[in-house]
Amino acid sequence: MYDFNYHKPSSSNAAASAVAGADDGKFLAGGQTLLPTMKQRLAMPSDLVDLAGCDLSGVRVDGDNLVIGAMTTHDAVATSAEVQAHIPGLAALAAGIGDQQVRNRGTIGGSVANNDPAADYPAACLALGATIHTDRRTIAAEDFFTGMFDTALDEGELITAIAFPKPAACAYQKFPNPASRYALVGVMVAKTGGGVRVAVTGAGENGVFRAAEIEAALGANFSADAAAGAAVSADGLNSDLHASAEYRAHLVGVMASRAVAAC
Amino acid sequence: MPDGINTGIGASVTRVEDYRFLTGQGTYTDDINRPGQAYAYILRSPHAHARINGIDTTAAGAADGVVAIYTGADMQTGGLPCGWLIHSRDGSPMHEPPHPPLAQGKVRCLGDQVAIVIADSLSQAKAAAELIEVDYDVLPAVVDMKAAAGGGTLVHDDIGTNVCYDWVIGEEGDVDAALAGSAHVTEIDIVNNRLIANAMEPRAAVSDFDRATGEYTLYTTTQNPHVIRLLMGAFVLSIPEHKLRIVAPDVGGGFGSKIFHYAEEAILTWAAGKLARPIKWTAERSESFMTDAQGRDHVTTAKLGLDANGKFTALKVETMANMGAYLSTFASSVPTYLYATLLAGCYTTPVIFANVKAIFTNTVPVDAYRGAGRPEATYLLERIVNKAAKEMNLDPVEIRTRNFIPSDAFPYQTPVALQYDSGDYMATLKRAQELHDTAGFAARRAEAEARGKKLGLGYSTYLEACGIAPSAVAGALGARAGLYESAEVRVHPTGSVTIFTGTHSHGQGHETTFAQLVSERLGVPLENIEISHGDTNRVQFGMGTYGSRSLAVGGVALDKALDKIEAKAKKIAAHILEASTEDLEFNDGNFTVAGTDKAMAFGEVALAAYVPHNYPIEEIEPGLDEQAFYDPANFTYPGGCHICEVEIDPATGVTEVTKFTAVDDVGRVINPMIVAGQVHGGVAQGIGQALLEEAIYDPEGQLLTGSYMDYCMPRADNLPSIQVAHETTLCTHNSLGVKGCGEVGAIGSPPAVINAVLDALTDFGVEDIAMPATPARVWQAIQDAKA
Repeated sequence: MYDFNYHKPSSSNAAASAVAGADDGKFLAGGQTLLPTMKQRLAMPSDLVDLAGCDLSGVRVDGDNLVIGAMTTHDAVATSAEVQAHIPGLAALAAGIGDQQVRNRGTIGGSVANNDPAADYPAACLALGATIHTDRRTIAAEDFFTGMFDTALDEGELITAIAFPKPAACAYQKFPNPASRYALVGVMVAKTGGGVRVAVTGAGENGVFRAAEIEAALGANFSADAAAGAAVSADGLNSDLHASAEYRAHLVGVMASRAVAAC
Repeated sequence: MPDGINTGIGASVTRVEDYRFLTGQGTYTDDINRPGQAYAYILRSPHAHARINGIDTTAAGAADGVVAIYTGADMQTGGLPCGWLIHSRDGSPMHEPPHPPLAQGKVRCLGDQVAIVIADSLSQAKAAAELIEVDYDVLPAVVDMKAAAGGGTLVHDDIGTNVCYDWVIGEEGDVDAALAGSAHVTEIDIVNNRLIANAMEPRAAVSDFDRATGEYTLYTTTQNPHVIRLLMGAFVLSIPEHKLRIVAPDVGGGFGSKIFHYAEEAILTWAAGKLARPIKWTAERSESFMTDAQGRDHVTTAKLGLDANGKFTALKVETMANMGAYLSTFASSVPTYLYATLLAGCYTTPVIFANVKAIFTNTVPVDAYRGAGRPEATYLLERIVNKAAKEMNLDPVEIRTRNFIPSDAFPYQTPVALQYDSGDYMATLKRAQELHDTAGFAARRAEAEARGKKLGLGYSTYLEACGIAPSAVAGALGARAGLYESAEVRVHPTGSVTIFTGTHSHGQGHETTFAQLVSERLGVPLENIEISHGDTNRVQFGMGTYGSRSLAVGGVALDKALDKIEAKAKKIAAHILEASTEDLEFNDGNFTVAGTDKAMAFGEVALAAYVPHNYPIEEIEPGLDEQAFYDPANFTYPGGCHICEVEIDPATGVTEVTKFTAVDDVGRVINPMIVAGQVHGGVAQGIGQALLEEAIYDPEGQLLTGSYMDYCMPRADNLPSIQVAHETTLCTHNSLGVKGCGEVGAIGSPPAVINAVLDALTDFGVEDIAMPATPARVWQAIQDAKA
């Protein structure tokens, strides 16, 4: 790890200023990706701005939305009575991220901002039609995830919260990479006011995406068989030493079908 | 037994070493700090094959805190030696290319050592290393063994070939004739996947040099400190034994990967001498992935001949074994004498021929990994036997029992050099079937089928040779060292005992097992017995721990030293009790004179030996301290039956091991709990090999599985509760009757798992699957079979 300056501001405004004032400043949320990357000397930010003191954590119900503060840990989401009551599928997703140590440190804002193509939360955001709140604006999930490790966030822009509209039902099914246990394929199926939405993580070359074939099939017939029967194209899916694109395409159907069964 | 508590042979005594391990009080190499210590960072090659045109260390040398930077130009020493000479079929010796600790003009694998940067702190050393400019000409790499064997890119230009040796065992003509005359011949192509040992503790070293005495000290993560002293002292650095001390303190797992003499040990020791300053180096996990010697990596084709009754008539095996870029310490012996000599297994195959070509590639060296050669042989045999059964429409159990060496046929001479002393393969098979409830398999399969899952049952009836090794035999086969073991029993004046053993415990529990042997013999309570190992300045000599040898060789050496202690103590007791030694009995730590009430405790005898006021001083010397070296007459031959049951989800290809039974014959069991732990660990690694683990290089020689993100280690939820039991026949040629248990789990289990996977996939018509049988591979095999 290279040397860096450490800041711990007490507001998101101060955090944004600290990053803006640094040569190469980075926000530090849970640090579950950033710190290992720094330890491997693959990242060398001049300044780390710790968000732990910025009062960005917590879950609240706001009308038809569940609003989760950016610094809310995965464990807090998994065990939140509000999340369990209003979007149990989201609580279950959070309970399946990493291991307990990761869930105790990792945060929803950090995960969404990082947009790891095998992370779980992006599938929830996209399937549930979430809105990402930043210190500057709000961004629809649809527009937020712009590619592998790439988002619509501008330089120095800070996620403050994520608002999830309550669905009629939703469920997430993950097929873990046997080695890393990240999602080789993860599928969130949600029955929403805007129809059935199906988001896939882990599989796409450009990160999370919506599976139009399965959405169409489920729109016509919301059943596990319909999901399994929808042919998912392998075009645009990852092929690596853990899984071919064809296998991933097949797993998208299987996981979607199991998610429907769990809805 | 002392205090009525059984702490002797056969007792499941809890491990005495666990208190310090479980409370974080172990002392590992990285825990050791020397006054004024500097820190080393090894700059490694990012390329698998490249010429080094020049190394500019000017800027790095001027960086903050840098003490010294050395490259191959500075370190002109001997190379790392190979401990076993193999001869090719034409009589020529194997090719032994130089293995310099620091690269000399060329790098031949990813991670090859290019320079050492020594600084006041580790982060300064790392920062300085980034300033070193290495001018590389990147060369094409050769990674695939078949391509390497065909020539083209050479790993070592000077030897003109990538074939290290082309070795044979057996008579090819006899085997070809027997195959030609066989009613059926089963053929198989098989790959034994390359593995990374992944010891929990990464390799580390702390070196020191005492200017006053000229003595070098190296604390290092090794399984065999005396071997390192011998190899590094005599071959690499020319330091005589009395000026070189090697200490292997607590070591957090080895699995073979810490047997070998590594470049870092020599570089650190040499540099400490240059600087007269202690230096510490600890591998990071990514360095362990990249630079620890890896295991397995065989590509084999084989033919098994059978008569009309399914009796094996002949076996012919052609194997290519990957050596990596350099010959590691025992690399050459693994695919020859630890592999091909096992090809009879527990079967009466009358003629066997094997040809093994060892191949250099631009990958990290491959050497012994838990089982070393024997898992490869067992996997081949147990797969081809199952395939033959299927082709001949025989039950996989039936084909095995028809070919077992009968229990009354021992000693049994195999056609591939070994003579087995004892075993009862039918007994281990039957016991395993009972414990596993194989009779209930059909019902379990039907129940799984109803849930849409496929259940499969797989057998492995294996045999292995361990207790390495009879020196004369090993020497005749090319070993460049003896493979005996030594022990010293030092009884202190008040009767407590220190044992000095040349074996090394890095997870095996020697401090408990060896103490039990002493407690059994001398009646001394465990807390009064200390096992000392791992320090060449304390322990007389030793060949270390590998090849399941510690108890079968080191334990027997201890038993022989205890014989001497008992004999001498008896003379002393007889003198004091005024009886003849013939009339003396020794039980539970007390000498008694038969037919009288005269008695003397062992501790009193010890005191008399050191305070010899009333003592047979003209017959024997004072003191009670005896040493023994033991060279075994033969290998030991553990064997047994592993039965694996798997449940496969055809929708995803996920294989779950639902039931696993291991019934092993490891000879006499000293501590059943420790043996069970050894079997559990070995089976876990075997399941890892079969379902999860594989080291993969890309064609440029980059390691694709260089972290736990991509290299799949077995986790608790990948493993079933493993049933372990024993059917014992005693080893006939050592005094304890012990055979060894460290490797049986890793040797016996992989084919049981794969045979179970193939059994589960029978309905789909899948006939072959490669290890590791990952979900992706299983799913693909089902699709391919459907197509």
